[in-house]
Amino acid sequence: MSAKTLYDKLWDSHVVRQDADGTALIYIDRQLVHEVTSPQAFEGLKLAQRKPWRTASMLAVPDHNVPTTNRAAGISDPISRLQVETLDANCVEYGVVEFKMNDIRQGIVHVIGPEQGATLPGMTVVCGDSHTSTHGAFAALAHGIGTSEVEHVMATQCLVAKKSKAMLVKVEGALGKGVTAKDIALAVIGKIGTAGGTGYAIEFAGSAIRALSMEGRMTLCNMAIEAGARAGMVAADDTTIAYVKGRPFAPKGGDWDKAVAYWKTLHSDAEAKFDATVELDAAQIKPQVTWGTSPEMVVAVDGRVPDPASATDAVKRGDWERALAYMGLKANTPITEIKIDKVFIGSCTNGRIEDMRAAAAMAKGKKVAANVKLAMVVPGSGLVKQQAEQEGLDKILIAAGFEWRDPGCSMCLAMNDDRLEPGERCAATSNRNFEGRQGQGGRTHLVSPEMAAAAAVAGHFVDISKE
Amino acid sequence: MRKFSLLDGLVAPLDRANVDTDAIIPKQFLKSIKRSGFGPNAFDEWRYLDHGEPGMDNSKRPLNKDFVLNQPRYQGAQILLARENFGCGSSREHAPWALDDYGFRVIIAPSYADIFFNNCFKNGLLPIKLAAEKVDVLFKAVEAHNGYKLRVDLERQAITAPDGTEYKFEVDAFRKDCLLNGLDDIGLTLQHVGEIKAFEAKHRAAQPWLFA
Ligand code: SF4
Repeated sequence: MSAKTLYDKLWDSHVVRQDADGTALIYIDRQLVHEVTSPQAFEGLKLAQRKPWRTASMLAVPDHNVPTTNRAAGISDPISRLQVETLDANCVEYGVVEFKMNDIRQGIVHVIGPEQGATLPGMTVVCGDSHTSTHGAFAALAHGIGTSEVEHVMATQCLVAKKSKAMLVKVEGALGKGVTAKDIALAVIGKIGTAGGTGYAIEFAGSAIRALSMEGRMTLCNMAIEAGARAGMVAADDTTIAYVKGRPFAPKGGDWDKAVAYWKTLHSDAEAKFDATVELDAAQIKPQVTWGTSPEMVVAVDGRVPDPASATDAVKRGDWERALAYMGLKANTPITEIKIDKVFIGSCTNGRIEDMRAAAAMAKGKKVAANVKLAMVVPGSGLVKQQAEQEGLDKILIAAGFEWRDPGCSMCLAMNDDRLEPGERCAATSNRNFEGRQGQGGRTHLVSPEMAAAAAVAGHFVDISKE
Repeated sequence: MRKFSLLDGLVAPLDRANVDTDAIIPKQFLKSIKRSGFGPNAFDEWRYLDHGEPGMDNSKRPLNKDFVLNQPRYQGAQILLARENFGCGSSREHAPWALDDYGFRVIIAPSYADIFFNNCFKNGLLPIKLAAEKVDVLFKAVEAHNGYKLRVDLERQAITAPDGTEYKFEVDAFRKDCLLNGLDDIGLTLQHVGEIKAFEAKHRAAQPWLFA
């Protein structure tokens, strides 16, 4: 048989049927559910008098609307509260396991799946959320889907899909000081653009990827969607298997050994062909900072805000001009001269324990700069928070002047009370810098947790590779 | 699902690339647990001068006169002309719901983000991919002519301009069939229950831990 990519293996092992035109039914092993994109799907089921096909494949959690302070008081915004209550009620009605707002296991859906072992190598994973690509870090085929598809998977355990093309993003070599998985992700997007991966499933490979922890791989796959790819993935190896072992939903006993034997086959064969290949030299990647309103508007921290006059075409020039106007930036400004008002460390991109450690290491013994009005750290889950507190990270961060919050999406998209005011500039570890993403008129610069914490302390961006 | 076959519609041009779903429908409106009613808040941050929140009386809010969809000549538009990578970002199906509720039935752009593209078809909206040069020609034509309309014929996979120029487009056979006949995906899939069950049994035997 011919050589297969990891994507081929994952796809082939889940095809229920395929039509002549390539339209296939793909079996779904795990469906993660959150409060924003599920109510209409549950309602659709109800109206059609259908039942979920396999409730045990579902795991639900509220994350987008939950407050990050004073949670005992509940959710004050009545519309947000209704959405979370609707999720609770639907989970009760259909018997879906849910980690409710005050459960220690609650957190951002893409943090808790892996943390619980609910995301496993070889699985197909879907969720009504574009950052479902995160789970591909486990050699899983993970897609973000729309609400109609959420309902479809609930009712049939299948997704209607066509196979994507396969792209290999190969990063060889060792990362330099202060350079992280986030910087690889931003550098890749800077190189191929936010639509560069459209129509592709991306596999990240190479020695720099192998050297990443699972947290780092999740950060990278999380942002595959920002490069336009619906799915990102990394082959399974010992790092993957060690991470999964012993987690609540992970296989046990004889199943464990059988599973591990299978998982070890989840990599691209040496001769496998990709439709496109992109190569990066890890040693050349510097800490990245976005300057505009799309993740592809990114430069290295030692660079400058680009000049629209140098854009290659008129559409791009218009985009850059609009982005600079929105961001309140002048062309050719050195990135390290950009002052910030707020700092947000968290999200499904960088809300894991390693990210908390990285932020605390940067903040240790220092103080948040006077011009920074708010620097907040929002752990990705209750368990991340607990672990960080056991390690004393919260104390370090609080002593430096950071706020230490309860887990949720928070200021990544500002659906709860955490948001930027118009014109405020934020160093954020999340994944999107779109206009208004963190609050209407808010200005977002995407960076790694290390870079965000360093910016909090300095009051502006700093080149941490030179510190 | 609503059927789509033929439309003679007024065209509105949205001349920017990478229009994301946060822009199409900002997050505060995602708190709704309904599928409808998003139209008045489509492109909310570009369309109004104040900050929109759910529950506001949108008819009383100050409009941004500079935003293209607020221009009198584009009122009642059913076809949205856009640039590259339309609908990128969040997977929120609220974006096609908002466009649909606003009154759009067809989108024409050189390229789309995958999830958004998919979501359109599930809601009876037709996203058409047309080469960037052709889209450019259409942008110029829309600017130049008040009341510029296009005829979109899904059966023939053709767009006809007022001057008679015809633009052929590709559409997936399965999706075309669903749109033309207003077929519900779930109903179609459930015709294959036997195959799904057979697959599931085999899958369970091979990887029992997935079913623990
Ligand atoms: S943290 Fe941000 S990107 Fe991630 S699921 Fe929440 S809102 Fe979406």
